[in-house]
Amino acid sequence: MSKAVIDALVGRFPAAVHDPYVGVGGDDCAFVRRESILEVCRFLKAESGFDMAPYITAVDYLGQTPRFEVVYNLYATKANARVRLRVKVGEGEELPSVTSVWRGADWFERYCFDMYGIRIAAHPDLRRLLMYDEFEGHPLRKDYPLRGRQPLLEECEGPQDVVRGPGPANRG
Amino acid sequence: MADELDNLPVIATRRDEAQGWLQSIVSKGVGWGRKYSLFQYPFVTACCGMEYMSLQMARYDLDRFGAAAPRFTPRQADLLMVVGTINCKQAPVLKRIYEQMAEPKWVMAFGVCASSGGFYDNYATVQGIDRVIPVDVYVPGCPPRPEQVIDAIILLQKKIQDQPHKLMDRSPLPVIGQGQGGGQG
Repeated sequence: MSKAVIDALVGRFPAAVHDPYVGVGGDDCAFVRRESILEVCRFLKAESGFDMAPYITAVDYLGQTPRFEVVYNLYATKANARVRLRVKVGEGEELPSVTSVWRGADWFERYCFDMYGIRIAAHPDLRRLLMYDEFEGHPLRKDYPLRGRQPLLEECEGPQDVVRGPGPANRG
Repeated sequence: MADELDNLPVIATRRDEAQGWLQSIVSKGVGWGRKYSLFQYPFVTACCGMEYMSLQMARYDLDRFGAAAPRFTPRQADLLMVVGTINCKQAPVLKRIYEQMAEPKWVMAFGVCASSGGFYDNYATVQGIDRVIPVDVYVPGCPPRPEQVIDAIILLQKKIQDQPHKLMDRSPLPVIGQGQGGGQG
């Protein structure tokens, strides 16, 4: 459906867009180089009518370089077409913000920063989105410890004397 | 309690006996009054709230147990119902709410998330609210059936009835937030 869009994109940005493929569910996907994601997004919104970014998220491929991948799921409301752009981002590299294209990308980019520690360049307000400010590290990174807890309050252990109510354990 | 025992004379006089008897009658009466007038503060954070609603509606009708009126200020509430998952970011809020409630107060952990964290064994979730505030009654279930909660209310009423109550309590109030948890910044 949006094959023409991807083809146009590859034709327009031959250096930036590579490896187009048809993803699960029939969405057309392509990889985009990190530096040119903003241009590509501007082009998609202006020329192809992709006026909505319903979901932007990230993946941590621990052990690979570049380590992270940011996935832009885009939607054209008039044409009912979807496109998925994947951008590889290395550790410590900065990704241009697309908030100037879609205002709604703001919180998604903050989410990527909060959960994966991906720095977004020129973001208007790059703070944590979900976790509290005292939280150290980024919890969805694969190398975040499985039982890594950072409670805000000092926690005590559970109750010492529990009286069981009526139930199978107390009957009989 | 230990102090009272220490001060008790070896041979209790009839006056002490009479006072103790009166005290126990008063305690029973106050307990009876308190257990049938539980004003709740529903701290609803998650899907258990749906079950809480059905609990309050006509079919299960918590009013039959005197626990009908939800108060949306902790200062008027006796029973803090923690309904749903509490995450680390929310724990200070929950503690503050608990501290704002006037004595006497009781806490119910409604559902498995509030009781033990449930299946949210992760970086974000408090593994049971008893790590932050004391809990009187736990209700298992994800979410619990309303009958389970009614069962818990009855258990709590039994606990309240058996507690010592005084008409006038001149003993210093327990200072919550010291020793465990630490103060709020």
